Amino acid sequence: MSLDLPLVFTVLMGVAILAYTVLDGYDLGVGMLMPAGDAREQDLMVASIGPFWDANETWLVLGVGLLLVAFPAAHGVILGALYLPVAAMLIGLMLRGAAFEFRVKALGWHRELWNWLFWFGSFLAALAQGLMLGRTITGYAGGFGYWLFALVVAGGLCGGYVLLGATWLVLRTEGELQRKAIVWARWGLAWVALGVALVSLGTPLASETVRDKWFDFPRTLGLMALPLATLASGAWVSLELGRSDWKPFAGAVAIFALAFAGLAYSLYPYLVMDRMTIWQAAADPSSLRVVLVGALIVLPFIVAYTVFSYRVFRGKARAGLYEH
Amino acid sequence: MDASDALHLARAQFGLNIGFHILFPSITIGLAWLLVYFRVRYARSGDPAWLATYKLWTRIFALTFAMGVVTGIVMSFQFGTNWPGFMNRVGNVAGPLLAFEVLTAFFLEATFLGVMLFGMERVPGWVHVTSAVLVAFGTTVSAFWILALNSWMQTPAGEAHTPAGALVAGDWLAVIFNPSFPYRFVHMLLASGLTAAFLVAGLSAWRLLKSGGDAAARGTLRTGVLIAAVLAPLQIVAGDMHGLNTLEHQPEKIAAIEAIWHGGKGVPLELFAIPNQKTHSNDYSIAIPKGASLILRHDPDGALEGLDAFGDDIPPVAPVFFAFRIMVGAGFAMLALAWLGAWKTRRGAAAPRWLLWTFAGATFIGWVATLAGWIVTEMGRQPWLVTGILRTRDALGAVPDAALGASLTGYVLTYGLMLLAYIVVLTHLAGAGSGESR
Repeated sequence: MSLDLPLVFTVLMGVAILAYTVLDGYDLGVGMLMPAGDAREQDLMVASIGPFWDANETWLVLGVGLLLVAFPAAHGVILGALYLPVAAMLIGLMLRGAAFEFRVKALGWHRELWNWLFWFGSFLAALAQGLMLGRTITGYAGGFGYWLFALVVAGGLCGGYVLLGATWLVLRTEGELQRKAIVWARWGLAWVALGVALVSLGTPLASETVRDKWFDFPRTLGLMALPLATLASGAWVSLELGRSDWKPFAGAVAIFALAFAGLAYSLYPYLVMDRMTIWQAAADPSSLRVVLVGALIVLPFIVAYTVFSYRVFRGKARAGLYEH
Repeated sequence: MDASDALHLARAQFGLNIGFHILFPSITIGLAWLLVYFRVRYARSGDPAWLATYKLWTRIFALTFAMGVVTGIVMSFQFGTNWPGFMNRVGNVAGPLLAFEVLTAFFLEATFLGVMLFGMERVPGWVHVTSAVLVAFGTTVSAFWILALNSWMQTPAGEAHTPAGALVAGDWLAVIFNPSFPYRFVHMLLASGLTAAFLVAGLSAWRLLKSGGDAAARGTLRTGVLIAAVLAPLQIVAGDMHGLNTLEHQPEKIAAIEAIWHGGKGVPLELFAIPNQKTHSNDYSIAIPKGASLILRHDPDGALEGLDAFGDDIPPVAPVFFAFRIMVGAGFAMLALAWLGAWKTRRGAAAPRWLLWTFAGATFIGWVATLAGWIVTEMGRQPWLVTGILRTRDALGAVPDAALGASLTGYVLTYGLMLLAYIVVLTHLAGAGSGESR
């Protein structure tokens, strides 16, 4: 029996990217919400993501690592085409990572500066990731319209991260901050609804390939399950905000997973839209097999100790959690 | 701008990133094990002074680790943005090594660092100690994989070709344990140990200068000094063995290190010179006759290959020549300083202020040696990216110069800010007098 290794690695890479967007998504979202909280709340917000953000960002390294390992031919094309947004994202991630550590050790206007850089870095990274996504959907086509489309996608992704961040805070905080987070989450939800609607309408317009894949009767009927489920998740988040601590976050994750599935369906089997399929870009089977065996052995451990870490730090964030 | 400008920009950018990145792992690999030591001392004794020591250095570690993580993410992307030809040509070998680093090391260290930093009151003591061990283990495993890849790029082994001509790994053990790997791995681990030891000694000295009779700082000064006193001579031996290994596998690098333009018997040792890449000779040379042959062949009339044996495939000689001397100079300075410090603080004696100032001044001496060493080994490999397999210029991507230039500016500004803040915060933390203060 022969395994379709490029397909297996596409799934693995997809899982890594989805895990990244959800996990780093909530901490980038918390970063983007920083200016909305007062000084005490900001400390709590940062404390709620403190034990997790390092590991969350590792999923990004795994995602790009799998791209690099499994699809060397596409890797250069994609990262070359995304050169500037990637550079912007990296600078954003560095600024917020540094700010995260520096802000707790600074006082006065220094602290304010790092708070601002934490917000700015989170926002820059989220915006750049959205641009990367938007550019990828259209196969890096040039022209004003395509960039405008990428900007709309970027706006939508920022909204998604804000929703994740706000619902994360609903889950991990209590009292006044939690009440504020519920309001932020409602704004984030409206923002996401607009973003998803615009991207869903814009993608078939921007790409003929996507149009053909979605509007192909009778397959279209089955595919309608995706937008309907997304809509239902959104409604669920809206209903549960203020009633449940964890359901809004779960709903936000569901929205991300569904939107991701839609995008993955739009792109598949291309890695570079209309130009390079996963099989054309794949590395030699011998090295893929080595990585696959390694990944299958190690990933259960990674999942196990990640679950362990979330169990250790379950419950509400407290002031002073970041005293280390 | 022509192709060589783009090459220079891409190399400047990658060199800047990798040079900035290595500053932080070079501390964390060694410091992580020191933290295990501090943590175990506290677990055994219950002495709050050890706890304060552990907490202070954990905060410094967390800061350094975060800087390493975020600058490391940059590197993972720049393989593709700056050197797409690298993955196209040798991705079947390099890819799995990088993937194993992410899978076996990055998640491990990042996750358990969270437990280590925030979980002391939430998990049993033995779980917390285990977390510290796993973080340290993760940093060392990470170094293992990345140095396996780097060493393979220096001295490739174990590769094979598919019928279609693609380069693949024929024998993974031969790839990983390639000829220069054991030497480079040991050399880097010792370098990190020394860098961390001088950081600990230097910041402890700074603390003693600022706040006087702090027993914990006296303890950590002594710890750092003793570790350095043991590691420095080991590093000199390991470095010498690494050099002889390089002579065997990359003679052109040794020729550049010693600025030997013309090979032959009884080659002189250049004590001082300004290597001239245009005339293929040394300006202002002061040399010991037959010295290089004596050192490298242990025979005054021994034969050595010169750069002339390698045609155009030679590295830029002057940077390699000078960086090597800086590295060796820093290495011997560390040895002298560590032994002096160990002698002056023997049997609990308090270090005199001039010695404290010297150690405070030498806080980052490990960085100097590490960076110089990396310049020697990486520039000494040029014009090859993978020796004998892929030239650096053939791996270059098609990114416009303007994009390279703009992003380079962004990186320089970001790194400048981060480095400044890092050093300010470190000295502030160390000078603050007590581990509990914010």
